[in-house]
Amino acid sequence: MSYDDLMEYDEVMERFDPVLGLEVHVELNTASKMFCSCSTGFGGEPNSQTCPVCLGLPGSLPVVNGKAVESAIRIGLALNCGIATWCRFARKNYFYPDMTKDFQTSQYDEPICFDGHVEIDVDGESFEIPIERAHMEEDAGKSLHVGGATGRIAGADYSLLDYNRAGVPLIEIVTKPVYGTGAKAPEVARAYVSFLRDMMKALGVSDVRMEQGSLRCDANVSLMPKGSTQLGTRTETKNVNSLRSIEKALRYEICRQGAILASGGRVKQETRHWLEVSGVTAPGRSKEQAEDYRYFPEPDLVPIAPSREWVEELRATIPEVPAVRYERLRGEWGYTELEMQAVIAAQGVDLIAATIEAGASPQAARKWWMSELSRQANALGVDLEELSITATQVAQVQALIDEGAINDKIARTVIDAVLAGEGEPRQIVAAKGLAVVSDSSALQEAVDAAIAEHADVADKIREGKTAAVGALIGSVMKSMKGQADASAVRELILGRLAP
Amino acid sequence: MSLIHESAETLGALIASGDVSSREVTQAHVDHIAAVEPDIHSYLYVDAERALAQAKAVDSRLAAGEKLGPLAGVPIAVKDVFTYVGAPTTCGSRILEGWMPPYNATVVDRILGAGMVILGKTNMDEFAMGSSTENSAFGPTHNPWDLARIPGGSGGGSAAALAGFEAPLSLGSDTGGSIRQPAAVTGTVGVKPTYGGTSRYGLVAMASSLDQPGPCARTVTDAALLHAVIAGYDPHDSTSIPAPAPDVVGAARVRDVAGMRIGVVKELGGEGYDPGVKQRFQETVEALALAGAEIVEVSCPHFDLALGAYYLIMPSEASSNLARFDAMRYGLRVGDDGNNSAEQVMRLTRRAGFGQEVKRRIILGTYALSSGYYDEYYGSAQKARTLIIADFTAAFEKVDVLVSPTTPTTAFKLGERINDPLAMYKADLCTIPSNMAGNASGSFPVGLAPEDGLPVGFQVMAPPMRDDLVYRVGGAVESTLEDVWGHTMLAQLAKETR
Repeated sequence: MSYDDLMEYDEVMERFDPVLGLEVHVELNTASKMFCSCSTGFGGEPNSQTCPVCLGLPGSLPVVNGKAVESAIRIGLALNCGIATWCRFARKNYFYPDMTKDFQTSQYDEPICFDGHVEIDVDGESFEIPIERAHMEEDAGKSLHVGGATGRIAGADYSLLDYNRAGVPLIEIVTKPVYGTGAKAPEVARAYVSFLRDMMKALGVSDVRMEQGSLRCDANVSLMPKGSTQLGTRTETKNVNSLRSIEKALRYEICRQGAILASGGRVKQETRHWLEVSGVTAPGRSKEQAEDYRYFPEPDLVPIAPSREWVEELRATIPEVPAVRYERLRGEWGYTELEMQAVIAAQGVDLIAATIEAGASPQAARKWWMSELSRQANALGVDLEELSITATQVAQVQALIDEGAINDKIARTVIDAVLAGEGEPRQIVAAKGLAVVSDSSALQEAVDAAIAEHADVADKIREGKTAAVGALIGSVMKSMKGQADASAVRELILGRLAP
Repeated sequence: MSLIHESAETLGALIASGDVSSREVTQAHVDHIAAVEPDIHSYLYVDAERALAQAKAVDSRLAAGEKLGPLAGVPIAVKDVFTYVGAPTTCGSRILEGWMPPYNATVVDRILGAGMVILGKTNMDEFAMGSSTENSAFGPTHNPWDLARIPGGSGGGSAAALAGFEAPLSLGSDTGGSIRQPAAVTGTVGVKPTYGGTSRYGLVAMASSLDQPGPCARTVTDAALLHAVIAGYDPHDSTSIPAPAPDVVGAARVRDVAGMRIGVVKELGGEGYDPGVKQRFQETVEALALAGAEIVEVSCPHFDLALGAYYLIMPSEASSNLARFDAMRYGLRVGDDGNNSAEQVMRLTRRAGFGQEVKRRIILGTYALSSGYYDEYYGSAQKARTLIIADFTAAFEKVDVLVSPTTPTTAFKLGERINDPLAMYKADLCTIPSNMAGNASGSFPVGLAPEDGLPVGFQVMAPPMRDDLVYRVGGAVESTLEDVWGHTMLAQLAKETR
């Protein structure tokens, strides 16, 4: 439901150029928090992962997590940023119940990474996204507003606070204004965030789960009349929690701002929220005055001065740009573009690479991860990598098939058992007696029995109508409860009934 | 002399040798506290039962033949700005009344680790903001020399407890003079260690870049013994210096300044200083010269900027450090009746829970950090700070230590300056430069001002991590005073105070 006037997107594009600005928060996957040794694990009992430091108790002091600094530098290097030789943390002062100290320890005018750029690709067209900075900061706690209709703070009966997330390390990556995207602005924004997600994953610095908030995007957009160089008033849309919503929210804002400007109105500079269900943006709490955060250098921490040697060591650990790597792997694996896109979308690239590494063929690896295992993951509502089966185990299952020890159907049973935590594929096959019977008297007997039972079919085969063999194979497989190698059965039958 | 009149060093030796038990020593102090507290009010919380249990535990360990440090079994009072599990930490504020911290300050852990016995928590100006303890929300402390006078501040409780024989040692914190100025006006010893020399973990912050825990005592060696217990690197405090602490105990026992170069700071003296303060200071400088020190007059032109710059940096940091007292998680909560929003509860709580001086500094600091004013106030104060550091650096190229009076006047009367913040702030005129520069600095008694018979303090300032020089000169100062008087300052205290 929207009360906003919207202009047709194409019409907006005829009259205006959109200018983007994207702020992305990446939650690092360090074991401990930014300034204390509390766990960063997701989903713990409320307030179970807290200590005097992240609770901001009187007298407590922060100590910087070295691993978080390392991750920040690696992120900066991956975004082609300069790395500060000397920088400090700063306090961002504001009152809010989820801030334990009522200031956020962040960085202000001395970010650890600055002046970078990344190349992204949208439908074969390349765009450069200029990066202003990437800086370190701590996350806040979470408020749960109970009672009231909206789940927002206004009208709630009371609020509960969980500080488990307070102090979790964040990297905020801020672009410079992104010009020249034209009508592709929403797609460019989506491709950029998608790039960051893949890069963070390749760096191994974050779980980048948008749905859990470990990658959050605030999308700024303004419209500039065609031919003008004067930036328009921007809005900042928060709560954009999926790649799809980034695109949709921006498209919506562009149409909304277009309608305002076209009717001679002025866009109000404000923070808006993306409402996923209704597909609209809505204004946040309006601020009568600009917030004054009274930044000043954090006196409880010493400056960070990463040595150039360390930075160079870290530079050597920066992985290939994901898009380049994907294209390389696609060639090596012989996948079609469509197949590769599906693998990327399912976040299966690393799993498939590991499965191939463990001995499976690229086609077999893709088959298991993209069909049977994708189905299982969907049913459980989890990501592929969350399934309790490893790439090595999948490769083992395939090896058992290639050896002729099991067939595809039994392989599914074996996979179910692995997922159920019953052990390694080979153990399961042995323990459950699942190995197919390919050359035994039992199989021979079953074949003979089937021939005797279906004498009419057998006769047809003897006459050379080998297409009828299927019915006999089916009968043998049934009596063997599926534990037979179908091709072996076929050969046995044809051998018996050779004219 | 009774047990309460002994030095900590002597008590430690008596306890270690088994001549007296820690329990006897502790009981003597507990009894004396009960007797004089109604008059002095050094303590906000007396932890008698636990202190006696701690004393008993030390006695058993010693009886079992365990070898403990020189202060094992010696009682101590802790300023209520440090967290100590099992006792409330209030910082002299209503807003924290009854707060039971769940963790120990590092310096408290080290005191307990040394086998010392904690008698209780001492009174202070609210959040260490003040020079008289009159800003304590729980009533002022009285100077044992004259109950109508202030014991200094913010650590007036820790100093008065020593002068009033309610503890042989105490722990203080010094942001602009809160250890040294109370020491000066109570005839005791107080040292602000080098910034980073003692851990701030568990010291409730007023101004993070200035605060430093330090020892309060009645003799130079006692202060050094306590300094040695609490000093040294702490991984929980990022600003803590990862280097061994200087040998302050050894330095305190030298008691000789022959060949040392001592600089008299030209800018700290003259107009506005009591004649008696100037006289005792001058006599001490002459005595040090007689003892073989080379005396040089040194100019530190930017010290004149120190007070003004301090009153921008300190409130700026304090306004941020004190933001956390918002009623959401601990401490006072006002107006939580179901009708007020979280923001209104924060506002009502802070209005009711903070005293006038705290509010004044929060407002000052908030203003100084505001966008548009930052460069003019906070920014220029930081520049002044750089100039003060440069003055010290230049001076320490010429001399080993700098000296000055600790405070321009002797103890003033309770109520005399409470409505005149500027007059109050001037009590810290001489002590602030060392906080701004982070160097080591101590105050030592040099007798009584002739006009009012009240104690005068002598300040010794040494380069960062040369705390030993403060003690070396302090020891010599103590020694010259004893020569003049024919008895110790401790003995004088016993005569003069309750």
